[in-house]
Amino acid sequence: MTAPTSSARSDLRAVATPLVQLANEPYYHATGDEVEVFAAAAASGLPVMLKGPTGCGKTRFVEHMAWRLKRPLVTVACHDDLTTSDLVGRYLIVGDETVWMDGPLTAAVRGGAICYLDEIVEARKDTTVVIHPLTDSRRALPVEKRGEYIEAPPDFMLVISYNPGYQSVLKEMKPSTRQRFVALDFDYPQAEVEAGIVAHEGGVDAATATKLVRLGTLTRKLKGAGLDEGAGTRLLVHAAQLIARGMAPVTACTAAIARPLADEPDTRHALDDLIAAVF
Amino acid sequence: MSERKLFVHELEARLDEMLLLSLRQRSPATPAAQLEALPRQVQERVLHWVGIAAQTSTELGWAIAQRAGTRAARPGFALDDWARAGLEAHDAGGLAAAQARLDDFAAAAPDTASAARGVAFAAVEGRLAGFLHALDGRPMQLRCGAKTWTDGETLWLPESLDLAADAAGNRRLHTVIAALLWAQARFGTFNVDPEPELVQWADREAALDWFSLFEGMRLEARLALELPGLARDMAALRGPWPADLEPVAARLARPEASAADSLACMAELRRVGAGDTVHPPYRTMLDPLAARRLRAARIARDTGTLRRALNIMRAIDPHSRGGSSDSEYPPLAADGDSVPAELQSGDLQGLPPDARAAAQSLAQDLDGIPPELLRPAGPGAWRPEERDEGEGPVAASSGEPDALYDEWDYRRGAWRRDWCHLYESEGPAGEHAWVDEVRVRHAHLIRSIRRRFEALRGEDKPQRRQLDGEEIDLDAQVDARADRLGGAEPSPRLFVHRRRVERSLAVMFMVDMSGSTKGWVNDAERESLVLLCEAIEALGDSYAIYGFSGWTRTHCDIYRIKRFGDRYDAATRQRIAGIEARDYTRMGVAVRHLSGLLHRQNARHKLLVTLSDGRPDDHGDEYRGRYGIEDTRRALLEAREKGIRSYCVTIDRHGADYLPQLYGPAHYTVIDDAKKLPARIADIYRKLTA
Ligand SMILES: Nc1ncnc2c1ncn2[C@@H]1O[C@H](COP(=O)(O)OP(=O)(O)O)[C@@H](O)[C@H]1O
Ligand SMILES: [Mg+2]
Repeated sequence: MTAPTSSARSDLRAVATPLVQLANEPYYHATGDEVEVFAAAAASGLPVMLKGPTGCGKTRFVEHMAWRLKRPLVTVACHDDLTTSDLVGRYLIVGDETVWMDGPLTAAVRGGAICYLDEIVEARKDTTVVIHPLTDSRRALPVEKRGEYIEAPPDFMLVISYNPGYQSVLKEMKPSTRQRFVALDFDYPQAEVEAGIVAHEGGVDAATATKLVRLGTLTRKLKGAGLDEGAGTRLLVHAAQLIARGMAPVTACTAAIARPLADEPDTRHALDDLIAAVF
Repeated sequence: MSERKLFVHELEARLDEMLLLSLRQRSPATPAAQLEALPRQVQERVLHWVGIAAQTSTELGWAIAQRAGTRAARPGFALDDWARAGLEAHDAGGLAAAQARLDDFAAAAPDTASAARGVAFAAVEGRLAGFLHALDGRPMQLRCGAKTWTDGETLWLPESLDLAADAAGNRRLHTVIAALLWAQARFGTFNVDPEPELVQWADREAALDWFSLFEGMRLEARLALELPGLARDMAALRGPWPADLEPVAARLARPEASAADSLACMAELRRVGAGDTVHPPYRTMLDPLAARRLRAARIARDTGTLRRALNIMRAIDPHSRGGSSDSEYPPLAADGDSVPAELQSGDLQGLPPDARAAAQSLAQDLDGIPPELLRPAGPGAWRPEERDEGEGPVAASSGEPDALYDEWDYRRGAWRRDWCHLYESEGPAGEHAWVDEVRVRHAHLIRSIRRRFEALRGEDKPQRRQLDGEEIDLDAQVDARADRLGGAEPSPRLFVHRRRVERSLAVMFMVDMSGSTKGWVNDAERESLVLLCEAIEALGDSYAIYGFSGWTRTHCDIYRIKRFGDRYDAATRQRIAGIEARDYTRMGVAVRHLSGLLHRQNARHKLLVTLSDGRPDDHGDEYRGRYGIEDTRRALLEAREKGIRSYCVTIDRHGADYLPQLYGPAHYTVIDDAKKLPARIADIYRKLTA
């Protein structure tokens, strides 16, 4: 029999989880006591839940904290087809052998990393069950398929994010899961602070950033009235980046803010009008 | 879309389907023959408008179908504007008005270039509604009429605009006018009394023109602070001011200028002798008397609401309220006559939602809340206004109640035991023909909803050749074996992965049948239910529909439209048709009863969806206002504890004020126009359960 060749191995390497520490400080502007609370939770071995609308700095915050605490960060963007095996790991058949491959969660537990499960409610229901033993005093991950019980080292930390603006009842987080976490509320920062962030991240001047934030604030009033959610800071940063490259502000905002937000013609046009009015 | 023209028989079939012509013994032959000659795009456009019109009335659709063929054949004919004008006329004056408008539109607009350029109100209404909602944070009332003005609550815009060089310019003009009217209300045009100045003028119309012009100057500058693009559009539209008006414009552009300054400018102008005023294209009318009358009524109403809230809050002993752990309103200062610090500092968070809305509105009307307004005139000051009694109750309840429910009294911080008498009965059957007509009228919509929903259900497709999965992929295994035998490298992707979509979901629809839903709202509710049923049948979720209404706590009625076990059959459809506007809205007890029924269902996810036009309200003063809101909130919290999620679809433009308190920030939708509900309901449901 031939041994598995390099391409089958590389197929596997693609699913292995690397553990790296961030070298440079990710820019994060604190808006409250979230840094202190997170650090305290990390020191106490408690899991943390970040709640808030999309694009308001949750992911950036975790990156920043991982850098601060000097721990590797493993981020998993959850989606509706994410299974327990995708998190924990699986046996793969390579040629005639079976090879065990740690999933990102297992890799993070073994390596004492911060594991960030982004938008956890998107994942399949059974996935939330595997994190339960990691979130109480056991702090352990049972890997059933291998009959292994991995106790998490002190540096391991579980962080999840959750957008309460979700409208689907099928994606509500159960109280039994929620109550295992220290929770931090995230929201769009105050206008001046947000303008500072947009200017810094997008590379635009303060005046342009202020206008972008004003536009963002206006769109947020349309939540529930044409929009599921207003423009998050991320969209404003995207528009700023386009403007910084020389694109006309109206064009940039249309492409980076209005179009991603709305499909419905009336709402799209209302956003067009707002963009024209603000710039 | 294929470019092939539709043939007569195809056109006949489409018209027949939309307009039920065969039922009415009409022949689509003539209109179809006229349409056959047209390009496919125009044909589709005509059918599109016929379909839209038919949603309002099949007669209106027929009126358009009969006339469209000959008109659309003319070069450059503005079909969209023509059809919109007909629909608008129908809304305002019925079928005869619509027919007249459709006929004389062509005569009145022989200038086809102008028709292509001009922009009708109806064409921009939706976008302007969104635009103004974003500016104001609340939905605004938009209308069109001969006079362009606002009374401070409703904005009246021109029926159509054709002053700019192209359609885009005319759309911008609509936007500018709408923003200017909004700014008048928002930035205090009606906060001064202009009468002392106006009476000095011989020509009141001329005086109002000047006032409007000066206010335009002031508001343009005000808008420029936050919406420079809009101010630029205004400046471009008006062109430079005449030289003698420049100093006035500059003076009114100062940030601290107010409407009083506009009046002062008028006084000066009057002394030097006023010439002819200029008319910018975004010219608006002012009717200060009407606006101030409304403003006075609004201030009285808001002051009443606010005082009442303060009185109630003072009456509550803070200690007894300590027991209710869910209260998110911290007690306000309870001592003497002083105004709570929260209000003085402009922080309204401590108030219940209706009072907070009133305070915000007051602050806008009065540029702040004067403390003396808030000083309660003693405990007896509050006289709840009596609701118009009208005819007596039409409640179905009589005899022994089917159940008794407790009600939460937030003032006592305690339950009122067995307070509400609930009667459950079968909803009366309505006309069969109505449902059939709705299903035919929305045939296209229903078909597309069913297609989309069936696709949702059919997501259970196996994904082949995966690294991992529940089943072995035999094809992949065979390939791998062959590869191995042949010495090639076998792929490790040997499994089938199945996406499981488990929709273990039970949904209870709770339909508001209170008297205020009479008319459009009731129609919208019923039509939406028909569409919902079609959609949910395609999904296979388990669902029930109940109506609720009542007349005080001793007559709370629940009407069965469809129980969980019932099928969506002719009888159910007739009961949907039979849903009608009845009495009042005592919501808490309905939530308790229906969430009880829902709780008994054997499903993983349970959802209570309310279709309503407004807030909890009942006969007499008690349930209106905070009491009803608090009780309903409590009932929804109880449901939550049972694992039931609640969602509200409301047709109430002031809804956003209190819905977050009841349902939480993300769990409601406000539909500003009842007519839009049927088209949106399926999407709302899909998102809700995606
Ligand atoms: N407080 C903040 N400090 C720095 N950048 C921020 C902050 N809030 C938002 N951002 C910017 O917004 C972008 C989106 O934030 P992200 O963390 O991805 O949002 P979320 O994870 O909440 O969806 C970031 O890439 C960053 O540019
Ligand atoms: Mg994120």
